[in-house]
Amino acid sequence: MSLVFAGACSHGPGITGRAHLAEPGVRDAFHAEFRGMGEALAATNPDALIVIAAEHFANFFMNNMPAYAIGMAEHYEGPIEDPGWLGIPRTRIPGHAELSLRLVRGVMQTVDVAYAEEWKFDHGIMVPLHFLTPRFDLPIIPVNINCQGPPLTPLHRAWAFGEALRRACDAVPERIALVSTGGISHWPATPDSGKINEPWDREFLDRWLRQDKAAMLSYSDEATYRDAGQGGFEIRTFIAAAAAARGRGELRFYAPIPIFSVGCTVALMAIE
Amino acid sequence: MSLYAAQKLLFHLNREPAVQQRFRASRETVLDDYELSAEEREAFLAGDIGKLYVLGANGQLLMHFAALLGMPWADYIEAMREGVRRHGPVRAGVYAMTTSTDEKVAGV
Repeated sequence: MSLVFAGACSHGPGITGRAHLAEPGVRDAFHAEFRGMGEALAATNPDALIVIAAEHFANFFMNNMPAYAIGMAEHYEGPIEDPGWLGIPRTRIPGHAELSLRLVRGVMQTVDVAYAEEWKFDHGIMVPLHFLTPRFDLPIIPVNINCQGPPLTPLHRAWAFGEALRRACDAVPERIALVSTGGISHWPATPDSGKINEPWDREFLDRWLRQDKAAMLSYSDEATYRDAGQGGFEIRTFIAAAAAARGRGELRFYAPIPIFSVGCTVALMAIE
Repeated sequence: MSLYAAQKLLFHLNREPAVQQRFRASRETVLDDYELSAEEREAFLAGDIGKLYVLGANGQLLMHFAALLGMPWADYIEAMREGVRRHGPVRAGVYAMTTSTDEKVAGV
């Protein structure tokens, strides 16, 4: 079939783990839009969900860091973090090893990608799934872009990776949904946690929503670090999703929520 | 290269229950397996989050070590500020502090 759904969302661990510390009005509005994205996803009747994440040293470390990795297991487990800390119970999540294998082979035609037959989900995937597939019953194909341990893959390669994923999806009969997850500007897990550059976020989202490839790829890592913090490196996941979906985006929710450490975002993107 | 070793220890502590158990039973025994500087070793022995932050530990690793030590979020954030007050600015890595030590960015 092909890609049947695409979107992007936040994944900060505070979204679930520190929910009780947030202002209830904005928290509930955000959580409702997050769940709404899950309903929109389910309505497309997907056979599997690709989650393009930016994991945080749960599986990949600087001893052997892939720029891009795709999970290829029958099942996964998460969260790797303390379930009480994250506010999400530990559970087993179905995968689809055989479909993963076909997608990996497809991507490899143009982008070298690592595969992983073992993968523990951290908050970067568990927080989105908590809202999108709350019964953890849809087979997941985890994808990782290294956004944590520099040197990082260039933005134009993240675009090429998204294109490669799209070609791979187009070549299989299954109906595939794709969600990318990352922060825009944020300075997570530091004393700056809660700092959010809203104008920068809105500018990036504007470029993403209107599929302005040149503008999306024009950020240097130096400028991103200065203006959007080390968390801003995660725009790679948004860029890959835009390359895969090809259509215009629709912003369902954006609001800086400092105790969640990020400008909380829910967005869909048309498949073209 | 010892920051690499310190972060590798954090990586193992975060994801390996067996390492967590060994660390709880005897921190020294676990630390012997890693080529740490004297400063790093001392910080791990003391559970000194602030010092590890100043030495350059990535927050995505460090915050889980803080959780393992039983530190609530606000205490973790404050421990890093205290580290900067006592030891000066972050010396390595990409997690340098850009706010002031008396600023509570997210109210904690």
